Formats: sequence, C-alpha cells, structure tokens
Amino acid sequence: MSEASPAKAYALHLGVIALLFVLSLLLPEYYHGLLARIMVLAVFAMGYNMLFGYVGLLSLGHAMFFAAGLYGAGLAIIQFDWSVPLAFLGGIACGAVLAMVIGLLALRTTGVAFMIVTMMFAQVFYLLILYFATWTGGDQGMVVPQPARVLSLGATSLELTNPTVRYMTALGLFSIVLLVTLAIVRSRYGRVLVAIRENEERTKMLGYDTFSNKLAAVVISGTICAASGAAYALLFGYVGSSFASVQYSILPLLWVLLGGAATTLGPLIGTLFMYYVIDVTSGYTSAYLLIVGIALILLVLFFPKGILGSIRQRWLEWLP
Amino acid sequence: MADKNGFFDLSKTTLTRRTALKGLAAGAGLAVAPGFVRYSQAQSSAPIKIGFQSHRTGIGAAYGRWYEKTTAAAVKAINAAGGINGRQVEVIIEDDGTDPGRGAEVVGKFATQHKTDIVFGTLFSHVVIGSAPAAGENKMPYFVVSEGHHVASTKLNRYVFQPGITDVKSQIQSMAPWIAANAGKKVTQIFPDFAFGYDHRDYLPPALKAQGAEVIAQIAIPPTESSFTKYFPQIPAETEVIYHVMVGPAVLTFVKELGEFYGSNRPQLFGFIDSLEATDINSPGLEFLDGSHFWEGSPRYAQANDSEAQKAYRAAVGIDDNGAAVGDPKDVSTAAHMFGCWETLYVVKKAMEDAGYKGPEDRAKLVEATEALTEFAEGPEHPQGPKTFNGKIHQCFGIQNISKVEGGKLKVVHKTKIEDGLYEAEGDYTTQAL
Repeated sequence: MSEASPAKAYALHLGVIALLFVLSLLLPEYYHGLLARIMVLAVFAMGYNMLFGYVGLLSLGHAMFFAAGLYGAGLAIIQFDWSVPLAFLGGIACGAVLAMVIGLLALRTTGVAFMIVTMMFAQVFYLLILYFATWTGGDQGMVVPQPARVLSLGATSLELTNPTVRYMTALGLFSIVLLVTLAIVRSRYGRVLVAIRENEERTKMLGYDTFSNKLAAVVISGTICAASGAAYALLFGYVGSSFASVQYSILPLLWVLLGGAATTLGPLIGTLFMYYVIDVTSGYTSAYLLIVGIALILLVLFFPKGILGSIRQRWLEWLP
Repeated sequence: MADKNGFFDLSKTTLTRRTALKGLAAGAGLAVAPGFVRYSQAQSSAPIKIGFQSHRTGIGAAYGRWYEKTTAAAVKAINAAGGINGRQVEVIIEDDGTDPGRGAEVVGKFATQHKTDIVFGTLFSHVVIGSAPAAGENKMPYFVVSEGHHVASTKLNRYVFQPGITDVKSQIQSMAPWIAANAGKKVTQIFPDFAFGYDHRDYLPPALKAQGAEVIAQIAIPPTESSFTKYFPQIPAETEVIYHVMVGPAVLTFVKELGEFYGSNRPQLFGFIDSLEATDINSPGLEFLDGSHFWEGSPRYAQANDSEAQKAYRAAVGIDDNGAAVGDPKDVSTAAHMFGCWETLYVVKKAMEDAGYKGPEDRAKLVEATEALTEFAEGPEHPQGPKTFNGKIHQCFGIQNISKVEGGKLKVVHKTKIEDGLYEAEGDYTTQAL
C-alpha cells in the first residue's frame, strides 16, 4: 500500500462527511431517516473493523459491546433518570470497561479459539440480559421515553426525536469516529497493529509488547461499538436483547467484509450496501435473505477484499 | 333577447365576436368542469392506505402468514361493503423479519415513504415495543394484534392501540376461577424463562389466590433447553394441576417427556394454546394432551353452537371445521389469535368513520375517536365475541374460551365473562400530548 499524503486522506474523509451533510438536505424523508440509522450502525462496523481489519482478530462477540452501550445509556435514563449526555458517556464507559475485561481474558487465545471465546462471552452477556429481566426488560426490551430523549444545551433543548437533530447527531458521531479511526490507523500505533496482523512473532521480536497493543485495540474497538449502541438507544428509543444476540455479532463482520476490511470508509459502504439491498429486495420477495446471500457470494468471488478493498487493490492504492 | 311577446326571435339575434368568445369560454369551462369534478372525487375517494407490519420471516412467520390471510379477508369484506367513509382500503405489506430493529424501520417506511394512514398488525411483543417509539415520533396510529400487556401497561405511547385482542394479563386472570373450581387448587407452573413466561409467573399466583387456590411451585425453563426430564422431579407430589405455557419447537418434546414421566397417572393439565398454534393437535407425541385443557382466544375447531357471525368469519378467512386451510388439512391456522386482525380492522373502520377521517392530517382525530370507543357488540365485525374498550389504556377486554382435548379435537367447555378479565388501569394515555 503506497502512502497517501495526510492532506489527501483527510480531504477524502472530510469530503465524505460533507457529502453526508449535503445528502441530509436532498434526501427524501424516508431515506433521510434510514441514513441516520445507517451512520450509527456504520460506527458499530468501524469499531469492529478496528480489531478485525487492522489487528486481524476475528471476534464473534461484538454484539456485547454494542449492547453494553445500548443498555448502559438506556438503563441510565430509564432506571436512574440521567441526562442524555451523561447517559451517553455512561454507555461508552460500560463498553470500555467490558472490553477491558473481555480483552484481558480473550486475548489469551488466538485464531479460532478467540472467535469461540468472544462468542461465548457474548452469549453469556445475552443470557444475563434475559436473566435480569426485571431491570432489562428481558427479551421484550424497553422503550426509552420520548420526553427523556432531549439534549439540553443551556437555554436550548434539542429533541433527539426530531429527524434533523437525529441526522445531525448521527453525522456528528460518525464524523468524530471516522476521523479518530483515520488518525489511529495513520499513527505509529496503527502501524504496530498492522504489524501484529501481518506477523505477530516478528513484531514481538522487534521489541513491541503485542499483548498490550492488542488489548488497547480491543478497548478502542469495544468503546467505539458501545458509542454506537448508546447513540442507538438515545436516537431511536429502544433497548432490546435482540441487539445482543449472535446475529448482531455477525452483522458488523458482514458489513466490514462487504465494504472492505482495513479500509476506513469500508464499514460505511458495507453497511449502506447491505441495508439498501435488504430494503429494496424485501419489497419484492420474502426470500430477500437468499438474494442477500447470493450478493455476498458474488462479492466474495469477484471482490474478495470487499468493495473498497478491491478498489484500493486495483486503482487507488493510497486509500487508507 | 326575448321579444315583447316573450318568445325568442332568432332572426333578430346578432352574434358579436365578444359574445362568441364568451360562449366559447363558457363552453370550454363546461368541458373542463367534469375534469375538476373527477379530480376532487379522486382526492376524497383515494384508498385508505393501511401499512401491515408483517412477520413474513423470522420466528413469527407461521403467525404472519395467517395474519396476512385474515387481514386480506377482512379488507375484502370491508371493501365489498363500501370501504371506509366510502373509500376503498388498500393494504401495503412490509416484512419486519420479526425483529424489533427492522420493525422500527418498517414503521418509519410506512410513515415517510408509503405515507400510509395507519400501521397495523404486529404480533410479537418485542417487535411492538421496538416499533412503538417510531410510531410515536411519526405520530402514526399503530394498531397492534399482539396480546402482550405492553400496550395496557401504558409504557408505550398515545399512538399505540390494541383494540382487537385481549392482553395476556386479562387472559390469565380470566382463567383462574375456572382452574380453581374445576381443575384443582394446588397448581405448579412450568414456563419459559423469558418475558412471555414471566407474564404467567407474575399474574397467575394473585389471580389464583383470589379464587382460594395457590401456586405451589414455579419452574422456569431456560429458552435454550431442548430436554425437560430433569425438571420434572421438581414438580411437588401434591400438585393437582400443571399449568404449562411452553412455546416454540420444544413444546413437542416437552409434552412427550411429560407423558413418559407421568404415564397414565397424571395431574390435570392446563395450558395456553400459544404453544401449539399452527401445529396439528394430533401430531405424534401430543397424545398425552388428550383430556387436558387449553386457553383459546377464538376456537380453532368449529363448535356445535357457533354463531352465524363466527361461521361467516371462518368461511371468509378460509378455514375448515378443524381450523386448517380449506383444501390443505395440514396447514393449521393460528385461529386463537388471528381473529384479532379481523376485529381490529373493523375498529379502525369505526374510529375513522367517527372521526370523519380524510387523510394523515386527521391522525390525531383518529386517535381521539379510537379512545372514545367503549364497546364492540358481537356480530360479523366482532365474531369472537363482545368486547369493551378502555380508551385510557388503549386495550380491549373480552371473553375467553377454555377448550378440552377430546378425540383429537378441541371442544370449548367454558366461556369466561368480560368482567373476569378486567383489572385496575395502570396509567392513562389520554394525558399524553398528541
């Protein structure tokens, strides 16, 4: 991969953010709302990509980090009447702490064992949500009351249920995470992560503490996923155990694979693509998952590195 | 231009250019006028659009299919009788995958893309709860057919209604007097260890206590369990009634293993038919249920004393005397619940007519008109039975059926009264802003 000048890379990413801003003015109402949701879930995929794409650790349990943010923020409001910003931070903190604990335990394994261990922890987390149904609402979940979803900024208060506020909040979160991700992967630390992915033994031999670096990556990844979950609870008002199920551990993997692992913009492309394929095909047939499956197979056959990964490989080698 | 005798004299008439132009203009106006008339008619006679949030895929697919059939039959009947406010009804279906996340997106799609007048038809509780915020934010009347207590708990919002099927709290409460009087006083509950089971865990003991009976053991079974034998020794020996509400594919194993555990000398069995909706009661392994009793919202099997309305409803939906699809005896319906779609659509019709509903700008009026409803008489529009409606909690109350498995069929042996299922309101939606 040839190196892009910082200006070029940041210009591209700022351009994407600007495009998303302009789209908010142009899109029809339905797609406007859908894109807000996609941006929040793309943050989830970006968090997943941090670990899978750049460190090469395939987790099958990231739903627990998303759900930690979702429940952390949701319960803070529902059970403790916290304000929106505090609840959001609370959700992120839950994800960060959980990621630290899971990282310390799961990173003792690698490869297939890492997949299984993360999946088992996520399953435990999911069952705990069902077990403590009195507080979590169990499998039915809970509604975050509409009057509580208001962001007070001094004298101004912004209703997160307002489509424009919701879109801009989602865009804000997406932009911050995108730029932070870009900064991380371009930093020395980001290069160490890639080195670990390519050859962990050699990286160790060069004197790097690979365990600490991987642990930091798990925490960063888990924190970003939790931010996505917390935002989801606050922006869309529902906290439910289905978001902690194995399906939501596999979805970010698919989004990242589709968009291009180890590309900063791939998660957005993958999430966007998958959402629109489902949205359009489900209007025609109840067998839409079959179509999604065929689309995935075709992509893997012809674009094995995902959409952006393949574009980078063939045409734009500088893409971060 | 009349002459002095009052008659037209065409010979004296002069046709000036101005007069000709006036005439042409008037003629053109007349020629165009029918177009305007047609246009204004099109505005008022455009179909009422109902967004049907269907469980076409996912765990609720068996229910979703029958909910669609019942809805299609009801819409056909409503349209044949002139529609709603003289407008035909059009149903637009979107699959929610029985997933709450997708459910919320589907409600958003109905509101902002299809621009439907209402959203209707959701069954699974987690999808209802997940979709309710989207309905409230879009100010979209959301008529669910779920039987969950979530609507009546007043924890959702003012736009969510359940006027066509009773909620599980009311159902359980209605069962208690019959169980205590006919099945036994010492009851052991076996239920799945998640929310559907918790409703039964929480509501049955006080309801039985009020009838002089008691729950002597509660056995929660984890949803991941596939074999149940190890739980049966926990059933106290003095148990007179086993109250079971297992759901999903495991129910066949559960019944088979319970049969093997007890043999012919078993306590009374009472269950909720939810476990066996869309499942043939004569499936291998279910023989042990012979002689046991079930709750049914609406009877699956045709009964000797069925009303004309019930007969007409069954014919319209296309189910035979065994509750299976006409022409396909293996395609067993979800009869105990799906009547709720039929009845809900007639409630929507009544509320829209009361509100003089013209379009989405009248959604708030529709909400208020629905809240103002108080009772629904038994008849073609409400074939399951009479109901009352509490506008403060957006929930209807009705009769329940207790059926006995006899000779491979379910025979209704008792019908409860509406009053049996009434309870204290837990809140008041009407205090919320529209």
